[in-house]
Amino acid sequence: MDYRKAGLRDVEIEIIRRELGREPNEAELRIFGVMWSEHCSYKSSRPLLSLFPKNGPAVLKGVGENAGVVDAGRGWGLAFKVESHNHPSAVEPYQGAATGVGGIIRDILAMGARPMASLDGLFFGKADSPKTRFLSDGIVKGVGGYGNCVGVPTVGGKTLYDERYEGNPLLNAFCMGLVASDSIVSSQTAEPGNLVVLLGSKTGRDGIGGAAFASAELGEDTKASRPQVQIGDPFVEKLLIEACLEALEKDLVASMQDMGAAGITSSASEIAAKSGVGMILDLDKVPLRETDMEAWEIALSESQERMLLIVRPEKLKSVLALGEKWDLDCAVIGETVEGDRFILEKGGRIRVDLPASLIGGGCPEIAWPAAKPKDLVNRQTFEFDEAELPKDLVLPLLKLLSSPSLREKSWITQQYDSMVQVNTVQGPGAPVSLVRIKENGNIAAMTMEALPWACYLDPYRGGYETMARSLRPLWITGARHLGMTNCLNFPSPENPEQYWEFQESVKGLAACCTDLLCPVVSGNVSLYNESAGLSILPTPLVCSVGLLDAGRKPLLPGNWKEGDHLFVAGIDNASIPGSHFQVNFLGRLNGRPLPPAPEMERDFMVRALLTSERNLADSANPLLGGGLGIALCKESILSGLGAEVLLDTPTHSVAAFFAEGGARALYAVPATKIPEFLQIWRGFPLRPIGVVGGSELRLPGSEPVPVQMISKAWKGA
Amino acid sequence: MNAAVVVFPGSNCDRDVIHALEKVSLIPTRAVWHKESSLPENTDLVVLPGGFSYGDYLRCGAMAARSPIIDAVRGHAERGGLVLGICNGFQVLTETGLLPGALLANSSLEFICRRCLLRVERNDTPFTNCFKKGEIVQFPIAHHEGLYFLPEKELSELEANGQVVFRYAALDGSAGADQSPNGALNGIAGIVNRHGNVLGLMPHPERASESLLGGADGLGMWTSIKSWLEGRLG
Repeated sequence: MDYRKAGLRDVEIEIIRRELGREPNEAELRIFGVMWSEHCSYKSSRPLLSLFPKNGPAVLKGVGENAGVVDAGRGWGLAFKVESHNHPSAVEPYQGAATGVGGIIRDILAMGARPMASLDGLFFGKADSPKTRFLSDGIVKGVGGYGNCVGVPTVGGKTLYDERYEGNPLLNAFCMGLVASDSIVSSQTAEPGNLVVLLGSKTGRDGIGGAAFASAELGEDTKASRPQVQIGDPFVEKLLIEACLEALEKDLVASMQDMGAAGITSSASEIAAKSGVGMILDLDKVPLRETDMEAWEIALSESQERMLLIVRPEKLKSVLALGEKWDLDCAVIGETVEGDRFILEKGGRIRVDLPASLIGGGCPEIAWPAAKPKDLVNRQTFEFDEAELPKDLVLPLLKLLSSPSLREKSWITQQYDSMVQVNTVQGPGAPVSLVRIKENGNIAAMTMEALPWACYLDPYRGGYETMARSLRPLWITGARHLGMTNCLNFPSPENPEQYWEFQESVKGLAACCTDLLCPVVSGNVSLYNESAGLSILPTPLVCSVGLLDAGRKPLLPGNWKEGDHLFVAGIDNASIPGSHFQVNFLGRLNGRPLPPAPEMERDFMVRALLTSERNLADSANPLLGGGLGIALCKESILSGLGAEVLLDTPTHSVAAFFAEGGARALYAVPATKIPEFLQIWRGFPLRPIGVVGGSELRLPGSEPVPVQMISKAWKGA
Repeated sequence: MNAAVVVFPGSNCDRDVIHALEKVSLIPTRAVWHKESSLPENTDLVVLPGGFSYGDYLRCGAMAARSPIIDAVRGHAERGGLVLGICNGFQVLTETGLLPGALLANSSLEFICRRCLLRVERNDTPFTNCFKKGEIVQFPIAHHEGLYFLPEKELSELEANGQVVFRYAALDGSAGADQSPNGALNGIAGIVNRHGNVLGLMPHPERASESLLGGADGLGMWTSIKSWLEGRLG
């Protein structure tokens, strides 16, 4: 077999030959082809990922395990990670999305954590195209179908429509789980003489080469790639979760790995390499659901709902009994030995004999050339044209409210069970999702953020703003941030301009994490997101996790009270470039988003946390998509109350109401608490902008608009 | 007083009900694996929890209705013991024949998760004696197959017998088919058997048992059960 057909580059095969001192056989070539693919090896992104700060006082387990774990207080940790399943979802939306959810849940389970909450990031093409309708319907049903059955609530997410996702939609799945800090499972704890046990579904031919498939552009005929998409069975996943957690509780396993990309090969060689042991597996012992499978097919199958357990011999009987209790296949497929050799046997013959450390750690990095896009100057040129700006704000408000990305998403969120596990304090539809931790009374807060338009205009600033915007809602609600995970969705890195966007976005993210002391504890890279010559927008997606102490009342949006005074904290003129107003009302995308302002972010953080802690506001809204205008509308709709807004700024009213970005928030403060509120915000830009009351929203220079009418526009009723 | 929550493969609200019973309502509760053939001694209340027993792959609740534990549950019901089926548990109860009717796919053909208003139609059952008759309460629903169905004649009998305990409602107190989120006939959300000791409902009282989570109307069901059992057990 030609190494190029296996997807290996010249420099890579040379390293393999040198390390082995011989030619690899076909099965070995195929293993390297998959394990050294972009998806498994991160060869294009490793140099950039090293920019992320990874340590912090709250980090219990950082990058390098299946998921990061942060300290959630009183002996408990939160394990979390976000991962993409973009290519599969483009090809077979229901199963692609479903197995994306299933895969991230197993990552969390592999840390020994009980999965407790999911978020989903959805990026679709033109809202009204038949293709988008087909893909979005299937993806949403897939996320719901899997999550609902497996009993992990989907408590929030992010949805954005743009024609540049038309052929290549994105599905990013986040999951968080709870684990006792002293029971975190590691892949470094296998010892020679342990048994290797496969628990879960039988192995078939599904998903073979899925990792390699995810590491190339999508073909025009996506149907041809269907065999590379896995099929999910959430019912078996639910059994697997319970069986694994029971095994951990009874202390039956020495180490554990989920089986995702590259199946048995990846999970087994990873444990071997990280634990410093060798491994001998007999592929004839793997329970199969198809006959006549080749050794490499078994080794690389991505059949879902399987876990690899490392078990001491004396515990085997109990593990097998667990398999029987939960009606799961459970088979000893090999053993760990001294040394570094990763051996796969079949039919009594050795088919694969490789150094374990070479499989997962041998792939050389690729330093792709980067070049500033030639049209960057054009992209970044923006001037207000007075003529095209509306005098009355109502028209653009209604247009933005009813735009696909900003309108109400209950058609999506109602298809997800957001309440199972009885922990959901704040479910989908809010800037922050909150789940209570029964075990210690604290409340975990989560956000998911991505700003592809800003990243397209200025990837560094866009990356920085994305990160900051994921943290602000945590602070406003009253949660200290603990850490973040990210999914870096980009097109091919082999195009220097696209690689430059990738590189600058990551630098921006990393700079913000460093400035605001937010460690990166896990992550995933998805490159080659392009199809039929159309590349996606640079889409680094961030999920941040924070914590509110037990007994604290979270400060949430949507709780205006009659007579509340409205204040905007933050600068008056944020950024029209990259905003929903620019894209959806002006119909273009150019200019530059705001530059980073770390001092201001830190200052804002302290004051926002105090405002929540001292209970000084009835309602608070981080100004996200659509800026102040949309924030006022949504507060108004959710509270069922109007407001008289008087905004006297030197800025054009369009900029004041629709600009986005920066450390800003809209607060609704009861009269009695105003003095203390002002005291906390003294020295920070703060502007009183009106009073809550009545049934109309009255904006300066605009016709009053009934709350009912904006509600209708938002709900598309 | 003791409660037992049956755990089927694929149940996913078992821990939620145990939390609501034990931690919130202080009713001693044990989990019972479906492969058991008997209930723990002195069980007063059996709960069949929500979830996707056997993945809902055949017909919701059909496989679970043939689990080894079901004979014991049936015996418990026949002796007058309390049985509560929530969501998937309601589907199991109709599949066992302990309750009449069937739960069909929602009229939207989509899974629906949201808070719902219900009208309490009877407050003389062991499960609802702490509610007021006609009271509007809020429990969430989360299901794909929640359309309660019964042929016309049997439906009239069910209504005539006063077996409907919860009906989907609006804030103004109106309740019926128009308020069904799922197309349930007559807006039926929950029913009891003739003896009143077996209740099945699609909405989740255990998800409405703590104000932190957005509502505590479900507590009324646990206190009802407690006071009824205390009265009976002396």
